[in-house]
Amino acid sequence: MADKVWVYIDHSDGKAYPSSWEALGAGLILAEDLGGGVTAVVAGAKVKDVAEQAIQHGADEVLVAEDALLADYRAEAYASTLSQLAKQNQPEAILFPTTTRGREIAAMAAVDLNAGVMPDAVGLEVKNGGVEVTRPVYAGKLLSKAVSKARPQMITLRVRAYAAPEPDASRSGKITPVSISLNEAELPTKVIGYNQAEAGVSLTDAGVIVSGGRGVSNNPSLTPPAGMDEKQAEIWRAQQGFKMIGELAEVLGAAVGASRAAVDAGYIPYEHQVGQTGKVVAPNLYIACGISGAIQHQAGMRTSKMIVAINKDPEAPVFKMARFGVVGDLHTIVPALTEAFRKRLGR
Amino acid sequence: MKSVVCVKLVPSSDAKVVVEDGQVTWGDAPQVINPWDEYAVETAVRQQETLGGDVTVVSIGGENARDALKHALAMGCTQAILIADPALAGADSLSTARVLAAAIRKVGDVDAAFFGRQAIDGDVGVTAAQTARLLGWPSLTLVSTISQLDPGAKMIRVERSVEEGRQIVEGKLPAVVSVVKDIGEPRYPSFMGIRKASKADIPTWRLSDLGLQAPEPLVTWPEMINPPKREILTEIITGNSPQEIAEKLVDRILEEKVL
Repeated sequence: MADKVWVYIDHSDGKAYPSSWEALGAGLILAEDLGGGVTAVVAGAKVKDVAEQAIQHGADEVLVAEDALLADYRAEAYASTLSQLAKQNQPEAILFPTTTRGREIAAMAAVDLNAGVMPDAVGLEVKNGGVEVTRPVYAGKLLSKAVSKARPQMITLRVRAYAAPEPDASRSGKITPVSISLNEAELPTKVIGYNQAEAGVSLTDAGVIVSGGRGVSNNPSLTPPAGMDEKQAEIWRAQQGFKMIGELAEVLGAAVGASRAAVDAGYIPYEHQVGQTGKVVAPNLYIACGISGAIQHQAGMRTSKMIVAINKDPEAPVFKMARFGVVGDLHTIVPALTEAFRKRLGR
Repeated sequence: MKSVVCVKLVPSSDAKVVVEDGQVTWGDAPQVINPWDEYAVETAVRQQETLGGDVTVVSIGGENARDALKHALAMGCTQAILIADPALAGADSLSTARVLAAAIRKVGDVDAAFFGRQAIDGDVGVTAAQTARLLGWPSLTLVSTISQLDPGAKMIRVERSVEEGRQIVEGKLPAVVSVVKDIGEPRYPSFMGIRKASKADIPTWRLSDLGLQAPEPLVTWPEMINPPKREILTEIITGNSPQEIAEKLVDRILEEKVL
């Protein structure tokens, strides 16, 4: 039965998050040292496809918990599912992607299992039979090593810290349906519905991010429609600016980010905020447009592989982090960049 | 409406935190109430303003954690409790959640316990969910809107900010609620609030007051390190026109194969 290393596969309505495969990739590395293969855990109402994909991404076995009560994500039901399975099979470690659900399920199942949780791992090393986790603390100003003496060791992997294995459709593995005991009367919440986020590339999973800051609103060549007061005109200008940023993002298949200043000024919803009080991202390419790069913003994007900064202030701290910088007006540079990428990438 | 809000004292977000001789230090940067917890205090105080009742603010920490408690009192919390015990040094998240769950039970008849999404020192972000699990209460984390809260009918409806957008969830009270920024900007403490807070009598609870033994943490931190310096050679791209700059920049980005 089941391996020492488990990976919880997070999905939304049967669509796995890419970061789940990254966690599986980390699990495979860990299993090389701890022995055995990797068992994936998939829970939901209809998740056969996710289970098949887990095999293709390298799982040797998939425990599939299908139950009508798991149709909507409810922390209590999912945590109970996982802790029941872990109690029966006693894995050494359970890895999760650091999604909102992954963190919460790990936290709650850890209570049931009297286990230790170590979220946001960026490094894993097997020492004395246990896993020593490296995780950023103080918004990444420091790295902390963490170990848990209890089993299973509950570890969530920071997005993009590990590579997702290439799927191999010819791979085979064992799919094990498991039955769990859940009771609607014992579940304290009901999901009423969703207000969907606007379509677009998810920030945390994005390989490329184009972000805008306060500078996005000061395009002097735009004339706002008549009748707007000063604040309305500023927001209107910023929205035109973010439209331009969105066009560059579209050509690059990128997500749109924003600084706290832009969000606080009402230019763009909070969901887009990158930084200590927003999302932490680590894309391959981060293009910062009109963002000065305050320490709170750096905390959210400093581990990006390459940072490109466009800012008219040559003293902006963002340039110290950037591989390439352009000192100039983003309102002329960004459209030119969109055009240049479109030509070169044939999009 | 009776609520508890849990807060922590942390180095301020602009503190320069480094490891020196194996010790974490932030120089003379001030310690402040965890910024996320201010949103939780704001939420609790707003509910109290609408529904009446009281708000108890609780913090685990040393004597200096009184500063965080006073800030919360100045924002409008009714009373504060400091949980201080030498045996809590090195407590991990599960030990912390056990202490908070016991404190919430001791406060008694609580309808809701409010938390910030995470503390900006350890960035662990699991305390709210673990406290809920220990209490057997609904865990409503990452809440951006409380659309309904009815202590009489024992129900709460919230919107949670998750990957797909906003999840609308209804739960039974009592519940644990952790909040995100969209819940509403925290107010500045008023002059009257500050005066009231400075005179407040803040009792200290020890583990024995909560009927708890010294916790044995499962998770430990054998080492803290400064992150490796990233040597970044910044190249400023110049040109005679935005088009020329853009084309040069695209060439250089594509050469480094990050796409």
